Amino acid sequence: MSEQKAVASKPKASRQAFGEVLAELGAKHTDLVVLDADLAKSTKSELFAKKFPERFFEMGIAEQNMVGVAAGLGLAGKNAFCCSFACFVAGRFETIKISVAYSGGNVKIVGTHAGVGIGPDGYSQMGLEDLALMRTLPTMEVYQPADELETRQIVEYLATHRGAAYLRLTRQDLTPVHGPGYEFAPGKLDVLAEGKDVAILATGGPTFHAVDARKQLAAAGIDAAVINVPSIKPFDREGIAAWAKKVPLFVSVEDHNVLGGMGGAVAEVLAEVAGARARLHRHGIPDVFGESGEPEDLYRKFKLDADGIVAVVRERLGR
Amino acid sequence: MDRQATIATLAATCTRLRRDILEMITHAGSGHPGGSLSAVDLIETLYSKHLRQGAQRANDPARDRFVLSKGHGVPALYAVLAHHGYFSRDLLPTLRKLGSPLQGHPVVGTVPGIEACTGSLGQGLSVAVGMALGARLDGNGARIWCMMGDGEIQEGQVWEAMMSASKYRLDNLVAIVDSNKAQIDGLVKDVMPLESIEEKARSFGWLTTRIDGHHYGHILDAYEWAEKPEGAPKLIVADTIKGKGVSFMESELVKWHGVATNKEQLEKALAELDPEVLGS
Repeated sequence: MSEQKAVASKPKASRQAFGEVLAELGAKHTDLVVLDADLAKSTKSELFAKKFPERFFEMGIAEQNMVGVAAGLGLAGKNAFCCSFACFVAGRFETIKISVAYSGGNVKIVGTHAGVGIGPDGYSQMGLEDLALMRTLPTMEVYQPADELETRQIVEYLATHRGAAYLRLTRQDLTPVHGPGYEFAPGKLDVLAEGKDVAILATGGPTFHAVDARKQLAAAGIDAAVINVPSIKPFDREGIAAWAKKVPLFVSVEDHNVLGGMGGAVAEVLAEVAGARARLHRHGIPDVFGESGEPEDLYRKFKLDADGIVAVVRERLGR
Repeated sequence: MDRQATIATLAATCTRLRRDILEMITHAGSGHPGGSLSAVDLIETLYSKHLRQGAQRANDPARDRFVLSKGHGVPALYAVLAHHGYFSRDLLPTLRKLGSPLQGHPVVGTVPGIEACTGSLGQGLSVAVGMALGARLDGNGARIWCMMGDGEIQEGQVWEAMMSASKYRLDNLVAIVDSNKAQIDGLVKDVMPLESIEEKARSFGWLTTRIDGHHYGHILDAYEWAEKPEGAPKLIVADTIKGKGVSFMESELVKWHGVATNKEQLEKALAELDPEVLGS
């Protein structure tokens, strides 16, 4: 993981970064197998399929069987990456619960096109509950990268990790928030910028918007920390507890229902921290259905872009 | 051992296993006797004559594997595994008790020989397909066996798994349907009719056979057929009797799906299950 990659500083979708790095890792990790359910062109697992056709399994539009077959491959000693839209793969929750998590299968569930960021396809294609579901499974690790470099490093980690994990990726491009020296660490917060008035905790798609929001807030005299949360489970309880004593306000930002996602994880820890100063505002999709629209219009509507995050923070601070 | 001797041994062993099953379930105070008794002849014949595994090879990556997808029938599997030395028979009375490795439905890692967590019906065949694909990638010659209940194949995932096994021409995969004709809410034909299971499976690209699942000669022949690679997955539909071996269960198929015998009923059942008599 310390191996530094030359990463272009231009925006890239985390699904694209995932597909590229998985195809690279296939040569070194001969136990890697990949399954998809008729969305390989979209999840970018096709990049692996082209290089390693004997280790790629097209399972058709039958996600629960795909999940179970991945579990069997994992039990037979493989490391199975099982890909679809976050919405469809997480929808096979009970198969993930029993065949994957409970069986101790070596399976990586990959959910792409997460959140309202999928855009015009509308709510039926939007994974907005997947973090809440996956967090409840014992042994299941849950990760959501914020840019290309972090995606690469998380996929590299998962390529050698034994056990079950969920990886949540975007359809839309993500502007890099990390320099080339970044090192992802499972179970740790990633502090992108220090600040004392508020800590914005962001994960996945909206993270780079939170970085932009910090600049606007600074212009308004508000000193905001921006903390990227790539590791939803294991979750950095100590990190949250420490920040809860440093700042008066947390604003969690995610393209997911506010119930049970990253903000929910923060709330659970915060409620148990003795001497916490911070109050929490959970910002995300406010327990409503998504809808069709261009991704940027949806991010504007749900206040997940920089202007929206600024507005939410200022309203909450009353400044 | 000649065939007649093999069959006599199987008959005697399975009678003892039936006694174990009923004692375990009675002691637990809950469990599924009917579907355990319908499956035990099929499971014991597999472990004693066809599964290339054994207690000493329970973690060998190249072993044959058996996935009990109808996880509620696990008392039969526990009895068979204990009989073959996978773990001590002393554990059998701990079935379903707090802290026991013998969970109410199979759990990987609790005792050697459990290959997948099952019990949420309809999931095991998919896992077996994955194991068969893995064995093929490794070229290790392992064969994967999966047992389902007939009621269980009402689950749609089973048919997704059937399609995928057929697509990948998994001739190292064998599915067995323990067709005991009854499920919790009633007879399978009333709850949700399935027949013809064989025609459905054949239309999904499987090779099939149908046998009497309590006739050891039929079972041995079917397993021999199933082990011949013929470019397609194979399905054995085994006609069985829920509660087989216990007359008061055989006469009330549905009742004994998920009800434990009490002590009095156990005594009555054991009186009908004399291994010396049936084995002779």
